[in-house]
Amino acid sequence: MKQVTILYFGLLREAAGCTEETVETDAASVQALFLERAGVHGIDIADVQLKFARNEVFCSPDEPVSNGDTIACMPPMAGG
Amino acid sequence: MFELSTAPIEIEPRRRALMREDAGGYCAFEGWVRNHHLGKEVVELTYEAYAPLALKQGRTVLDEARKHYDILDTAAVHRIGDLRPGELAVWVGVCAAHRDAAFEACRAIIDDIKATVPIWKHECYADGSKVWVDPADCGCAKNQRSHSHA
Repeated sequence: MKQVTILYFGLLREAAGCTEETVETDAASVQALFLERAGVHGIDIADVQLKFARNEVFCSPDEPVSNGDTIACMPPMAGG
Repeated sequence: MFELSTAPIEIEPRRRALMREDAGGYCAFEGWVRNHHLGKEVVELTYEAYAPLALKQGRTVLDEARKHYDILDTAAVHRIGDLRPGELAVWVGVCAAHRDAAFEACRAIIDDIKATVPIWKHECYADGSKVWVDPADCGCAKNQRSHSHA
């Protein structure tokens, strides 16, 4: 098992009910990790295009997850 | 330099910082908080950022513009926190020897900031409802030009 910290922003933060959490996981990718946590929190945002970052670097949904990582789950950006 | 600011944005010192004798002009964009969105009256909004990545990505956007346009310097700042209609939400400044590059780079930078910098907008409406804005819902994303470096 790996221990990772997950950060949530915007509507994901509201849906998850927390800004961040540290969890034990076997998830192979950041997307798998998100889906795992979405199941736990009851997050249903199938039509939202998410972006991910691993240790403060944008990454693909397929990016592998390692012990100690910080994974950011981000809804579509809406600055400006 | 790309900044996030919890305080109101002061333009003049930032404009002055871009002034230089080899520049023939300066172009700026100011994004203001609009009092309406998709037919609803906006009374307040909150910008939230993933600050470490937003600062990094903001710097990347400005660096890309320096590489792809014939400009001399550029800077940008985005507000975070609670804002009301009429307030300045984002400012972009570009100086260049000639105006074409300044205009083009300024447009590209604001488009790239909106599309790629991890900042989110939570709007509160006069009817009491609140929404996290998704650019795909309002056609904002379609208004963005495509850039050669995108």
